[in-house]
Amino acid sequence: MPIHEKSLIRPENLVTHDDLVIDGVDVSGHWSTFIKGRSVTDYNEAMQDEIAALPGGENIHRCWQCGSCTNACTVNAVNNDFNPRYWIYLIRLGMEEELLRDKDIIWQCVSCNKCTYACPRDVMPEGVMKATAHWLELKGHTPKSPSTIFDEEFTRQIIKTGKIEETRVITRFFRGTGQPLRQNWLEALIVNLVKRFPVFYLMRLGLSVVFRPKTRGWNKARHAINEYVHEVEEANRKALGLGGEGAK
Amino acid sequence: MPDDLKKVAYYPGCALEGTGHAYNRSTKAVGKELGLELVELKDWNCCGAMEVKNIDPKIQTYLSARNLSIAEDMGFDKVMAPCNGCYHNLKKAEYDLKNDAGSKEVNARLSGKAGHKTYEPGAVETIHALDWIKQAVGEEELEKRVKNSLKGIKVANYYGCMYTRPRHIFPEKDKGPASESTSKPHFMDDILGAAGAENVDFPLKTACCGGAHSLSDSDTSTKLVLNILEAAEACGADVVATECPTCHTGLEMHQMRAEKVLGRKTNVKILYFTQLLGMALGLSAKTVGVQENMSDSRAFLKEKGLG
Ligand code: SF4
Ligand code: SF4
Ligand code: SF4
Ligand code: SF4
Repeated sequence: MPIHEKSLIRPENLVTHDDLVIDGVDVSGHWSTFIKGRSVTDYNEAMQDEIAALPGGENIHRCWQCGSCTNACTVNAVNNDFNPRYWIYLIRLGMEEELLRDKDIIWQCVSCNKCTYACPRDVMPEGVMKATAHWLELKGHTPKSPSTIFDEEFTRQIIKTGKIEETRVITRFFRGTGQPLRQNWLEALIVNLVKRFPVFYLMRLGLSVVFRPKTRGWNKARHAINEYVHEVEEANRKALGLGGEGAK
Repeated sequence: MPDDLKKVAYYPGCALEGTGHAYNRSTKAVGKELGLELVELKDWNCCGAMEVKNIDPKIQTYLSARNLSIAEDMGFDKVMAPCNGCYHNLKKAEYDLKNDAGSKEVNARLSGKAGHKTYEPGAVETIHALDWIKQAVGEEELEKRVKNSLKGIKVANYYGCMYTRPRHIFPEKDKGPASESTSKPHFMDDILGAAGAENVDFPLKTACCGGAHSLSDSDTSTKLVLNILEAAEACGADVVATECPTCHTGLEMHQMRAEKVLGRKTNVKILYFTQLLGMALGLSAKTVGVQENMSDSRAFLKEKGLG
């Protein structure tokens, strides 16, 4: 019987026979090669421990591969290559090369925690996704994702002032990721607002330039957090066997 | 009415000072109309939203612990947060400080250096705007106070992710019919139902809108939002009611983006539950900030005799 759910199998693991008859049975079509023997020698034995050492990855060892996370996953429903159960499997075995094939989509986890809600083993797969994305960046396998750039800009602002001013985060984010600030849908939204209530909107825009939100008495907290961030960054790099300052 | 809910500490959060201003306005207006008092936390800081935890979760815990310690200093044992993100983070800090020695240690260290009291878990309870209205006033009392029933308005109540997940940070939920449910939340349904709205059976109450990557992965967010809006329309809803500024602006932004980028237009209106409730209590559309929403529902509300 041919396999119809091709999307579940990677293309290179599919074989196709247009015309194949075995023992008088027609078995033409697509077949998964998963039963073919193969040997893997390049395990990365440190991978699970390294990811477990990063925030969020602590419980990866508990996974028993039930698949509930992937089944519940928001992003999986949009893109079925996004498969937390499978990645956890690869990480636990140390199959780095296979994991790296998905390196550009792992950061897309939207932190909805549906996986965490469904997981019977308290793996906290949401955290594992974040730790894995973080690991990929620290190891230099991927550049900083747009999401990391956003997180860093956001965090930088909180540490600095204690508060967030959205227009500033957004402008800096678009700049940091090289996206144009003028996107047609964003413009349509703003034009809509301005048309409706110009004075109010312009006033708010104007005000937020002059009057930046700030938490009073934040100075000491800022120093304390900055010091701690530095410590954490050092510790993370050490856990991954990376020396010196990171590529900041 | 339980006395300690009549006057609670208020943590608006950053979004309510910016894009979610209408939620701030309508929450305060509804509170005033119902005789409830909100006292804003003095010198509060941002909770870190969904971003800071990706840099380090213990800083995020500290950020919320600082806010909780302010509430305690001001003499409150309840703090109300209308934003799912803020609410979630305060709850998570409470959980982590109780259960994770590392978080406790970092909080003590940072609080010491920042020169304020170290927050000890158990001192302040975090509640959402939904808990506040439902528990302080309740459906029976709300029904009596309705001046402009929402009768004939079909509402899909949308709670998003952070209000119910992960389950372990909400120990008070899933404790029987009177408590909130994490799989099928109903507090907003109860409140708007009391205001006369017709709640539709909406399966995506706790679906995710992709808010974490609203801008960094807009295509995914647009697909997720479109799915939510189209499902709401398929259920017959006129309005999606929201209870979080991030969910709310996420739906509004990507409703527009879906129309402009994917050519898929949806007509369902997006309103904060406090806006709907406020209008039912007799407040004007302007008082509850309908004009401050990014999407335009004014014509619809007029047609329904509200605002
Ligand atoms: S749960 Fe296991 S057996 Fe079932 S489909 Fe997933 S991987 Fe295969
Ligand atoms: S938190 Fe991430 S991995 Fe988990 S279900 Fe949501 S999108 Fe999927
Ligand atoms: S739900 Fe939990 S135990 Fe099951 S596969 Fe996912 S992480 Fe592993
Ligand atoms: S629904 Fe969207 S905005 Fe709301 S909590 Fe979930 S991701 Fe965040």
